[in-house]
Amino acid sequence: MPETRIGRLFERLRGEGRKGLIAYLTAGDPAPERTPALAAALERGGAALIELGVPFSDPVADGPVIQRGAARALKAGTRLRDVIEIARRIRRQSEIPLLLFTYLNPVLRYGFEALARDAAAAGIDGCLLTDLSVEEAAPHVEAMRRAGLDTVFLAAPTSTPERLKLVAKYSSGFIYLVSRTGVTGESATLGDAVAPLVASVREISGLPLAVGFGISRPEHVAQVCRVADAAVVGSAFVHLIERNLEDASLEARLEAFTRELTAPLGEAQR
Amino acid sequence: MISQPDAGGHFGPYGGRYVPEVLMAPLEELERAYQEARRDPAFQRELDDLLANYAGRPTPLYLARRLSETLGGARLYLKREDLLHTGAHKINNCLGQVLLARRMGKRRVIAETGAGQHGVATATVCALFGLECVVYMGEEDMRRQRLNVFRMRLLGAKVVAVSSGSRTLKDAISEAMRDWVTNVLTTHYLLGSALGAHPYPVMVRDFHSVIGVETRRQIFEREGRLPDAVVACVGGGSNAIGIFHTFIPDEQVKLIGVEAGGRGPALGEHAARFSGGAPGVLQGAYSYLLQDDDGQIALTHSVSAGLDYALVGPEHAWLHDRGRAEYVSAGDGEAIAAARTLATTEGILPALESAHAVAEAIRRAPEAKGQIFVVNISGRGDKDIDIYRENLKDLDA
Repeated sequence: MPETRIGRLFERLRGEGRKGLIAYLTAGDPAPERTPALAAALERGGAALIELGVPFSDPVADGPVIQRGAARALKAGTRLRDVIEIARRIRRQSEIPLLLFTYLNPVLRYGFEALARDAAAAGIDGCLLTDLSVEEAAPHVEAMRRAGLDTVFLAAPTSTPERLKLVAKYSSGFIYLVSRTGVTGESATLGDAVAPLVASVREISGLPLAVGFGISRPEHVAQVCRVADAAVVGSAFVHLIERNLEDASLEARLEAFTRELTAPLGEAQR
Repeated sequence: MISQPDAGGHFGPYGGRYVPEVLMAPLEELERAYQEARRDPAFQRELDDLLANYAGRPTPLYLARRLSETLGGARLYLKREDLLHTGAHKINNCLGQVLLARRMGKRRVIAETGAGQHGVATATVCALFGLECVVYMGEEDMRRQRLNVFRMRLLGAKVVAVSSGSRTLKDAISEAMRDWVTNVLTTHYLLGSALGAHPYPVMVRDFHSVIGVETRRQIFEREGRLPDAVVACVGGGSNAIGIFHTFIPDEQVKLIGVEAGGRGPALGEHAARFSGGAPGVLQGAYSYLLQDDDGQIALTHSVSAGLDYALVGPEHAWLHDRGRAEYVSAGDGEAIAAARTLATTEGILPALESAHAVAEAIRRAPEAKGQIFVVNISGRGDKDIDIYRENLKDLDA
């Protein structure tokens, strides 16, 4: 029996022959107090795991949509400690696995040990650091593991076989495969890099594999989940939030869109 | 002491490689290509030929007699990088990296620029080698450095305005990194300072170390001894590390880096990373960084776009902690006054960046009778005429 919520999620999905939708939100966008309700809408729509993005002033791996989301969250005063508080509030109402998704510098400032302790206490289940390479990751991985948290790393189409082995070695919970070279953002079609990348990581790791970047439509989710265990959608959610900032039905729209995205997974289940 | 990074690109704790996984293998490839090129005598011959016959090396080491006499202390020598083709030291690194890009089969080159000098140098070498060139530049810097924007376009480069964040150098680097992460298979990122992920800090330093090597030879020819101090401005720190590096083992030579003191010591008003910052990670490297207590990157200010950046190059952080180099700052007003002094005593108008180094030399020289200082004039001031005009209204009546 896996020790973490993330491990148990993928074991359950595997047992049921199902795939999962991972949903990314920039925590604090448009304001910290709004995020728990938005997360609940994602869960009602069928999301299996929520990535809570920590807003950062200089998000080099993100496209314009998530850059703007981070800017709104920062303008609303969202700090790393507020993101942990948001997680605590989500955890009071839900058992959905939560993955902290962040750039390194806010974590360095907070401290690896302090973050691991506070994240675990708040009910966060793991952490992914976008700009922390496996070469530099030992202090982070040790602190997270001691606190019983998963460490998710990115694998990319450019990763060499040697690098994929390191990514697999340091990852727990699942491995996040980047579908293409590029930054986060919606795209019309998915490239053909996904299947070969999934195949090469399967050869060296038994961990569940999620695929993200550029996935914004139900057909993308279906396509990815033919080979991977989960699909990650981020910018499409942040974009929807951005378009409906003043709309009282934002949560309902988010839930409906999530349901559209997870529909192909329901069919797979039947 | 000698200063070389470990296999992971660390100078002590600083430097390293902090980038998204997509860029890790390309950085490894770049490092391998660079190491092979360094060992290839044909590569070095071609670079030396371009440096001599295209860029105009060696640059003079000029004894500034009138300025020295005015100050009444140290003898000041100026290393005239401002006389290089394109008007600044930046061309040294651009020629090295463009040869490397060609060797790696990359047909497209991207770069960031702050003051525009690196963008102009990149556009220049891309024209020389027939490569596609895209330069990212913050909107605020485009406003401050209009002339250089036009120069880049005239040289055939595309200049992309960056409107995110503070709309300065930091944001231009982020946008260049986003382009690189997307087009990494066809594109070489010609980073212009001793910043970023390994191997950039060491590679950029190596391509600029010719500045110090020449200076050392020239000062021996002129004075028969080492200088007492070498002074250079530090934004990312490429001209400074270029002139410092050869002198690092010569412990008797003081190495003095001058950061931008801007308008004052409050966070957001300057770019003095050593006095106002703390170690952190920005855009690939771990070094002294201006940030708030939540780890968000602070805004910076300097009258000089080339020094207006939140992180200092990692080798400087290491030299600072080891006590081998000293880092001070000069404010906007001091830099402008120093430029005016140099112009009126020697007929040399320095870039605003280089004027910060001149300001520190002017401050120290009166107390240093019998000593020899070398000041790196990393660029010429023509690009800054508009800013000098705005700040010296008495001349513009």
